[in-house]
Amino acid sequence: MSSRHLTELIVFIILFVLVSALGFVAARWRRPDTMHTLDEWGLGGRSFGSWITWFLIGGDLYTAYTFVAVPALIFGAGAAGFYAVPYTVVVYPLVFLVLIRLWSVSHVHGFVTPADFVRARFGSPLLALLIAITGIVATMPYIALQLVGIQATLKAMGVTGHWPIVIAFAILAAYTYQSGLRAPALIAFIKDALIYLMIIVAVLYIPHKLGGWHHIFGAAQTKFDKTPAPADGTLLNANNQLNYAMLALGSALALFLYPHSVTGVLASKNRNVIKRNMAALPAYSFVLGLIALLGYMAIAAGIKPLTANGKADGNTVVPLLFDHMFPSWFAGVAYAAVGIGALVPAAIMSIAAANLFTRNIYREYFRKDATEREEATVSKLVSLVVKVGAVACILLLDPQFSIDLQLIGGVIILQTLPSVGLGLLTRWFHRDGLMAGWVAGLAAGLWMLYRIPNAATHKAHFGGSAYPLSDLGFDSKLTVYVGMLALLVNLVVAVVATIVLKAVKAADGVDATRTDDYYADEGDPKVAAGSREIEAELA
Amino acid sequence: MDSLMAYLTHQGGPPLAESTPRPRRGDRSPWNWLLVLPVVVPLLTFVFNEDKPRLAGFPFFYWAQLAFIILGVASTTVVYLMTRRDTGSKGD
Repeated sequence: MSSRHLTELIVFIILFVLVSALGFVAARWRRPDTMHTLDEWGLGGRSFGSWITWFLIGGDLYTAYTFVAVPALIFGAGAAGFYAVPYTVVVYPLVFLVLIRLWSVSHVHGFVTPADFVRARFGSPLLALLIAITGIVATMPYIALQLVGIQATLKAMGVTGHWPIVIAFAILAAYTYQSGLRAPALIAFIKDALIYLMIIVAVLYIPHKLGGWHHIFGAAQTKFDKTPAPADGTLLNANNQLNYAMLALGSALALFLYPHSVTGVLASKNRNVIKRNMAALPAYSFVLGLIALLGYMAIAAGIKPLTANGKADGNTVVPLLFDHMFPSWFAGVAYAAVGIGALVPAAIMSIAAANLFTRNIYREYFRKDATEREEATVSKLVSLVVKVGAVACILLLDPQFSIDLQLIGGVIILQTLPSVGLGLLTRWFHRDGLMAGWVAGLAAGLWMLYRIPNAATHKAHFGGSAYPLSDLGFDSKLTVYVGMLALLVNLVVAVVATIVLKAVKAADGVDATRTDDYYADEGDPKVAAGSREIEAELA
Repeated sequence: MDSLMAYLTHQGGPPLAESTPRPRRGDRSPWNWLLVLPVVVPLLTFVFNEDKPRLAGFPFFYWAQLAFIILGVASTTVVYLMTRRDTGSKGD
């Protein structure tokens, strides 16, 4: 190991240890009377104000993998990778009015997961189970990908082998177990401070060294002009514009359906906290846009990605850019920003997945009368299992498998939109219609993903999320985002099935929520756990 | 920006009064229509898929989309301020 790499590694380890210590201390932060309830362990007591929520949700949504993969996409394909910016601009005004309803109804009924809501709204444990499983399946590979983010920085520091990842995740698992959501909430402050510091320095310092933005965009255009691929370039072309917009919109619709996003929202203490955050979270989108452009800086700096098993690993371009441009100590800080950036979302995602299991599988199907303490214990244990699973995924399987799964995850989580998203706005849908739509959307989405090859990586299937309309027999070179097409299938089936089921007066579940529940705020009375559900079942 | 930060940072304030019976509440407001703007504009790729005019070396495609962030923040901020409930508490 060179002395340069040694300096980087020492800075990285110091910051990592500091943050881990904070993770354990977090159990004492805003100390609750008891940590043995899901409200405390899994939602931080539903007490976070505007600042904490801003850091928590920011740290939750803008993950290490995003910071590594988005510039890698720009590096490889150009403008098409910039969709991350419109995606994260569109999302907040889009969900503004929906999330406050979710918060209110969850406050009144004590919901912890999106599936809890679906169960009460549609009176269907089965539909809730489908939503919970979809959430868990979509989240697991996302956690695994956070490891890919850490691995990319370690590779750039010349650290290979599996043990560093195992140690990092063991520490993460330990403090998440102990401190619950308070750990990532506290760590998020450090993570975001480091990320903001890193990106401000990067966008001022690197372009200056590379001869300015004009030169950087010029170098990128020169590179794309030389490649045979027609789809790349610093601007979009006629065939991928629709896909760009649909991918941005589809990703925005999917973001707050992920269980870990819901966890961040429900942890806030009132509606105004959420509204303010919808206005303030785009600050992170600005940072993400600048981070995306690191991909072009890497092109201008002549970075060549590291290869593994003969394949170029695009995820290494940003870490290599730092290694190339920054003094070694600051490269260490930047790596730590990415590495710690992986811990916050990984912790929240594992908590969210564990809560889904506990509330919608364990309590529903194994222990109807589970106490609050028992729920918390089960969630804590499952959060450990989830992390072991994520590490095993990365170590035992090809990381590409996790990347494919995450691609699929985005498409399948979108299929919960009619039940969760539209369910918050209307009770028009029939529970069986929603299930039929879910099945149809999932089948259509997986089928389309299977049909997409990727020429660059020589894959015949699951090569991306841009579906060519020519595959359906259209005479067109247009590509569209699979998730949106699948959602369209889902909605059509759900609507038609609902009309039919209503016409034949098929039995429907009873809604345990009331109109006014969707406007409740901090301090409003909560219903006793399950009382309205029982009432509804008796009705 | 200062006023934005001021309301973002406003902490404290009296706790909400214990639930007094309220009239039927709702989220309806004409201001909500403002939210449509930042959802639609960033998706109109044909409007901003251009190289020129450049700003500080950035092609229009890039600086326009970064500018949409300001549009998003402004719209959500206005909607928040105009639809804030008069609960006797200014939030947290």
